[in-house]
Amino acid sequence: MKTPRGAAPEPGRPIDFVRNARLALGDPFLRAALRATMVRFRDRQAAVIAEVPEWQALRDYACAVKRHTLGRLDQYLEQLEAQVALRGGHVHWARDGAEAAGIIARLARGRRVVKSKSMTSEEIGLNEALASAGCEVTETDLGEYLLQLAGEAPSHLIAPIVHRSKEFIAALLSAAAGRPLPAEPERLTAVARELLRRRFLEAEVGITGANFLVAETGTVVLVENEGNIRLTTTIPRVHIALAGVEKVIPRLADLAVFLTLLPRAATGQRMSSYVSLLTGPRRSGERDGPEEFHLVLVDNGRTAVHGDETMREVLACIRCGACLDVCPVFERVGGHAYGSVYSGPIGAVLTPLLQGLTVAGDLPFASSLCGACGEVCPVKIDLPRLLLELRARVVRSRGAPLGERLFLRAWTWVMGSAVRLTLAGSLVRLARGLVGPRPRWLPAPLSRWIAFRDLPPAAPAAFRRGRRR
Amino acid sequence: MRAALFVTCLVDQLFPRTGRAAEDLLRHLGVTVEFPPGQTCCGQVAFNDGFWSEARPLARRLLGVFDHADAVVAPSASCVAMIREFYPILLRDDPARAAQAREVGRRTYELTEFLVDVLGVVAVGAHFPHRVAYHPACHGLRLLGLREQPLRLLRHVRELDLRPLVGAEECCGFGGMFALKFAELSAAMLETKLRAIEASGAEFVTATDVSCLMHIDGGLRRRRSAVGTIPIAEILAAR
Repeated sequence: MKTPRGAAPEPGRPIDFVRNARLALGDPFLRAALRATMVRFRDRQAAVIAEVPEWQALRDYACAVKRHTLGRLDQYLEQLEAQVALRGGHVHWARDGAEAAGIIARLARGRRVVKSKSMTSEEIGLNEALASAGCEVTETDLGEYLLQLAGEAPSHLIAPIVHRSKEFIAALLSAAAGRPLPAEPERLTAVARELLRRRFLEAEVGITGANFLVAETGTVVLVENEGNIRLTTTIPRVHIALAGVEKVIPRLADLAVFLTLLPRAATGQRMSSYVSLLTGPRRSGERDGPEEFHLVLVDNGRTAVHGDETMREVLACIRCGACLDVCPVFERVGGHAYGSVYSGPIGAVLTPLLQGLTVAGDLPFASSLCGACGEVCPVKIDLPRLLLELRARVVRSRGAPLGERLFLRAWTWVMGSAVRLTLAGSLVRLARGLVGPRPRWLPAPLSRWIAFRDLPPAAPAAFRRGRRR
Repeated sequence: MRAALFVTCLVDQLFPRTGRAAEDLLRHLGVTVEFPPGQTCCGQVAFNDGFWSEARPLARRLLGVFDHADAVVAPSASCVAMIREFYPILLRDDPARAAQAREVGRRTYELTEFLVDVLGVVAVGAHFPHRVAYHPACHGLRLLGLREQPLRLLRHVRELDLRPLVGAEECCGFGGMFALKFAELSAAMLETKLRAIEASGAEFVTATDVSCLMHIDGGLRRRRSAVGTIPIAEILAAR
C-alpha cells in the first residue's frame, strides 16, 4: 500500500480527502507521532498562553490591526513599496505563482542559492523553477533540508517533517554525509549543521519568506529558532524575500503585539531565538548584509479573496500553525492528507479559495466543526464560520453526492411539519426495533454509522405523544 | 418565570426521557413550562453540511414557533448554538428575519445555562450516587461558553463522584454528517475519547448534547463497555 506520506500536492487535480485520510489512518507510525507531537505542542501553547493575562486583549488588537490593514491594503502596499525603494531595495509584483517564480529564477539564474523556510515558496513551486534556471538550491531550515533530501513536501506549517521518524532521518543524513550515523537527534543535528555550513559559505543568493512586512519603514520581519535565516540574509550577496501581499502591517510599533502572539501560538515559546528586522540592503559603513535586496510580492489569488467580503478575514493569517495543533482531524491524518501546501483548518479554508472549489471542495467538509481552531487563532480568524460558508458554496456550485442530497432533502422535508415528524419518527422507532442495535445492512449514508458504532436504543414513544398545549 | 421547552428533534423522537427530565426539573424549580407542539428541528444537520436553502425554512419555522416565548430552553447545546449563533448568518439576506433570529436567540438557553445564569440555581436537589465523567461538548463549550455551569450543577448533586477526563475538551468526532461522510476519521476521534472515558473510572459519561452522547454511546456499546451515557438533564432530575 502506498502511503500518502511525503506526496507533494499535484496542482489542478481534485483533492480526494476521504481517500487520503483513509491511507493516513492506516499508518500507525504517523498516528502515534502526530498524536505525541500535537499533544506536546498543545500543552506547551496552553502553558505559555496562560501566562499572559491580557492574551485576549492582544488577540483583539492583532485582529484589529489586520482588519484595518486589509481595509486599506492598496495604501499600505504602496507605502511599503515606496519605503523599500527609498532604502535601496527593489520591489517586484507578481500576479500569480508562475510569475513570482519566474522573477526569482531570473534574479538567481545559475547561482548557488540557500533558502529558509517559506510556505509561499512551496505555494508557487519555486524550487522547481530555480532548478530549471540552473540554480543549486539548498533548504536551510533543518526540517526543510531533510525533506529536500527525502524529496518530500512539508506536512506542518511549523514542524514540516513531523511525519518522519528519527531512524528515517538518520538514514537520510547518513546518505548525505557518506557515513553511517546513529539515530540520535543531537548527533544528527550536528551533522546537518556541518553539511549546511558549507552551503552557506558558498551561497550567492539567499531566499526567505517573510513573517511581516512593515509599511512604515519597508522592513521585512523574520522569526526563527535555528539561526539559518540570519545566515541566509547576511552571507550571500543578494537577498530575495518572497511574501504574499497580505503580510503587510502598518507600523513597527504593531510588531510588539504580533511578536508576543506568534511564538506562543506557533511553538509554545515565550520568544523565538531570533527575530530579524531587515530594512533594505547593506548601507555604506555597515559590516554585513546583502549588497542587493529584492522583495517579491505575490498575489496568486489573494486579491480575489480580498474582494470576497465573506472570506476576507482569512488573509489575516500569520501562519503560526496553532489551528493545526489543536485540530482533532489534523492530528489523525497529518498535513499530506490535505493534498495542498496549506493543511489543517487554515488549509481547509485557504486552499479552496486559492485553488477553487473544483480542486479543493472536499476540504471544507473535513472538519467536525469542533471550533478549537477558532478559539486558538491568535488573530481571531473565525475558521469554523468560514468552513461553513465554503460548504454552502460547494453545495451551491458543485452539489453533493446523491445519497447525501436525498438524505438531507428527506430530513428537511420531514422536519417541515410536526405531523410528518411524528409519522417518520414512529417509522424510525419501529425500524430500529426490528433491526436491533447492530444491523448488518442499512442504506447509505447510515451504513457509515454502523460500521463503527451501535445504533441508539429504541425509545418506546416520542416525547410529544399525547401532549396538548 | 415561564419558559418554552424546545426538546429538539433527537430528544423528541429518540431520547424522550431527556425531554421529560428537563421538563420535570424546570417545574421542580418553579418554572411554568410550555411545549409548543409545532416545533420540529432547528436545521443544523442541513446547515452544517452546506445545505443552507434546505435549512432556511426550518429556521423560519422554529422562529415562528418560539417568537412569543419569554425564554426558550433546550436540553441540547448545539441546537441552541444553531439558533443563537448561526440563524443570523443563515437568514442574513432577510434583514427582518435575521433581526427576529437575534431577538429569539437572546432569549434561548441551553438547560444548564438557564439554571445557573437565569434562575441562579446550582443546587437542584438531585441525587445520583455514581462516578461520572463530564464531556464538554464542543458547541456548548466554544459557542455558548458553557464552562462552569454544568460543572457547578454536577458538583452539587448528592453522592455524585465527578471524575476528571483526560483531553476533555477534545471533540468526540460526531460533527453531524461528518460522522457519516468521514466515518473512519470520526471513529478514530471517538476511539481517543472512549479510551479517556474508560480510563477515568466513571460509570457514566454525561454531556449537554444528546447528539455527541449518542455517538459516544454507540462507540461504548460497540466495545461492550461497562460505561453508560446519560444526558446531564437526567442526572439533574434524578431524585
